[in-house]
Amino acid sequence: MFESLSSKLEKAFKTLKGQGKISEINVAETVKEIRKALIDADVNYKIAKQFTDTVKEKALGQNVLTSVTPGQLLTKIVNDELTLLLGGKTEEINLVGSPAVILMAGLQGSGKTTHSAKLANYIKKKGRTVMMSACDVYRPAAIEQLKVLGEQIGVPVYFEEGNNNPVSIAQNALKAAKDQGASVLIVDTAGRLSVDEEMMAEIGNIKNAINPNEILFVVDSMTGQDAVNTAKAFNDVLDFSGVILTKLDGDTRGGAALSIKSVVNKPIKFVGMGEKMEALDQFHPDRMSQRILGMGDIVSLVERAQQVFDEEEADRIQKKLLKDQFTFEDFYTQIQQIKKMGNIKDLMAMIPGVGKAMKDIDISDDAFKGIEAIINSMTPGERKTPDIINGSRRKRIANGSGTDIQQVNQLLKQFEEMRKMMKTFSKMGGGGMPKGLMPKMPFGR
Amino acid sequence: MGIFSFFSKDKKEKLDQGLEKTKSSLFDKISKALVGKSTVDDDFLDQLEEILVTSDVGIETTLKIIDRIQKRVAADKYINSSELNKLLKDEIAKLFDESGLYENDFESEKSNKPYVIMVVGVNGVGKTTTIGKLAHQFKSTGKNVVLGAGDTFRAAAVQQLKIWGERNGVHVVEHGMNTDPASVAFDALKYATENNSDIVIIDTAGRLHNRVDLMNELGKIKRVMSKIIPDAPHEVLLVLDASTGQNAFEQAKQFTAATEVNALALTKLDGTAKGGVVIGIADLFKIPVKYIGVGEGIDDLQLFNKHEFVDSLFN
Repeated sequence: MFESLSSKLEKAFKTLKGQGKISEINVAETVKEIRKALIDADVNYKIAKQFTDTVKEKALGQNVLTSVTPGQLLTKIVNDELTLLLGGKTEEINLVGSPAVILMAGLQGSGKTTHSAKLANYIKKKGRTVMMSACDVYRPAAIEQLKVLGEQIGVPVYFEEGNNNPVSIAQNALKAAKDQGASVLIVDTAGRLSVDEEMMAEIGNIKNAINPNEILFVVDSMTGQDAVNTAKAFNDVLDFSGVILTKLDGDTRGGAALSIKSVVNKPIKFVGMGEKMEALDQFHPDRMSQRILGMGDIVSLVERAQQVFDEEEADRIQKKLLKDQFTFEDFYTQIQQIKKMGNIKDLMAMIPGVGKAMKDIDISDDAFKGIEAIINSMTPGERKTPDIINGSRRKRIANGSGTDIQQVNQLLKQFEEMRKMMKTFSKMGGGGMPKGLMPKMPFGR
Repeated sequence: MGIFSFFSKDKKEKLDQGLEKTKSSLFDKISKALVGKSTVDDDFLDQLEEILVTSDVGIETTLKIIDRIQKRVAADKYINSSELNKLLKDEIAKLFDESGLYENDFESEKSNKPYVIMVVGVNGVGKTTTIGKLAHQFKSTGKNVVLGAGDTFRAAAVQQLKIWGERNGVHVVEHGMNTDPASVAFDALKYATENNSDIVIIDTAGRLHNRVDLMNELGKIKRVMSKIIPDAPHEVLLVLDASTGQNAFEQAKQFTAATEVNALALTKLDGTAKGGVVIGIADLFKIPVKYIGVGEGIDDLQLFNKHEFVDSLFN
């Protein structure tokens, strides 16, 4: 059901081939696909419409360079525009004030209590003394929940058993924080619906009573079309200063982030990425934009690759490639490194455009088994100088590896092509290839 | 009326005011929808698309509905505006029809005694609150209810369910926090069998559906129950938050794969979110929506009515 945008665009652009410029006619179908993809990702209907209008305007009349396809060009425009809309830089939390007061607000079940504690833990690790205040007097055991979390992270919790007035609890908590010399006070509140006037007035009163430095709107990243209404209603009452986007460790595309940003224009300051107290991260607009578009997470792939690849080894292989000294031994080493990066299918899915192609192919971690077996059946001499592998050697290798002669031939052919390609790259100058990443991988069967 | 009749008058008026614009413009379009022709005009369809999409119905299901309308109009011709209005609602309501039968009240005798309900869902959708309200509904029809505090993970979740138990005067089987949820379920069923209870409701911890380990844990809790009562749980109730968007599809898919979900509850319908995503879910997975949550009070749980639900999309 949720085909990624890039694969949809690839489809839409099939009709576009051979056109020199992006024009009104050839862009219409594509813009429709982008809008559908945004709505599938839960971006608000109206915002998706506005957004695609902007993209269309920017795309019209652009020259399609020979080196990029119109699809790639438009994907880039969409991605850039989206990243821009989601906010430029990461914004830090404002902790000025003694104590600095942070008020948490949001719908029921968005994760306010959990994120009060996560935030307390985050601030505490920065060396500040934090106190939390339990002002959710409605949901059964909500106060108890904050107390338990406070204990876990070693942060004191101010609460008043039997007091049903959250405004006075918040006020008293502020006094207590001052008395005890806490430098940050986090005020947890009850979940409330934006149409509940009484409850919205109440949180307005809490705000007026404690004059917070930060008001954070806590919102579930799985929220659908209603995100705009809710965000606007909370902002109208509270004029909040930032957003925490929770449950982003799920598989939601998270279009709500764009809807909220467009409607209230407040920065997303944190994202919740799990149930552990440490699972609070800074917000990266570029990654979010790729997630909404279903473009695959190239950044994560590169980061994971960097963690696993041995820099020196990569350098050594790079040099060999350029000098056309790349052997089956080097190839074997590279396979081992790729295997270390994790499940092959997961990795491939992270590459934009590849996701779709790999959808129905079952690639297990055994994908390299045939190749490894063939290389293992070669003599050291054969691995170093593949040119010596003649007909009878091929037969022996096939027998030894439990494959057949066609498979051996195929691998040798692909290996030769790979070497040729590397030669071309080195002639083009500058190395051309990204460090450590292999060119076209010859997958065995 | 429907769902909205349960709001206080104030809130209902507010909601109606807010929705007034959409409503009148759609009905304008309907009356302009080229009476007597075999096609519906594009303006009307655009308007319809917007209403459905902004109710979280999703693109696929919206296109399906529009396609059905166009076919019906092509076949029936000479349709007037009030007929088109009715036809539209009928076609949407039809999508719920094949999702299975469900009892229409809380009183009727259950197929089993004890009748075991296992409640599952992602974090924060309102599982524990729904259980508290369900217990109240069953209790008030004279049924003997037992609750199992199977959310042993989220801080104070057991405490939360115990408070609901006290409010309802029903027994809660619990082992405290950080204990094995499967063994809580086992003991709850054992208690119910020994005490001749009518209904057992098992709470579980919220979990994101892409966590394979946690989904496997649900499967285990379910399997353990069948050791006491072979066909238990009789009902696996997936709780969905009305404000959730298209991700609800994945939730339905993954929870069904892990626990064979056979009933849905849609919560937080008292807000501005319409919960339209359940139309596609009921249609695709053939799982009936049984309950809706319309507030935090003990009485704020109702049986789902497809006609009222469809009306609320356009009201």
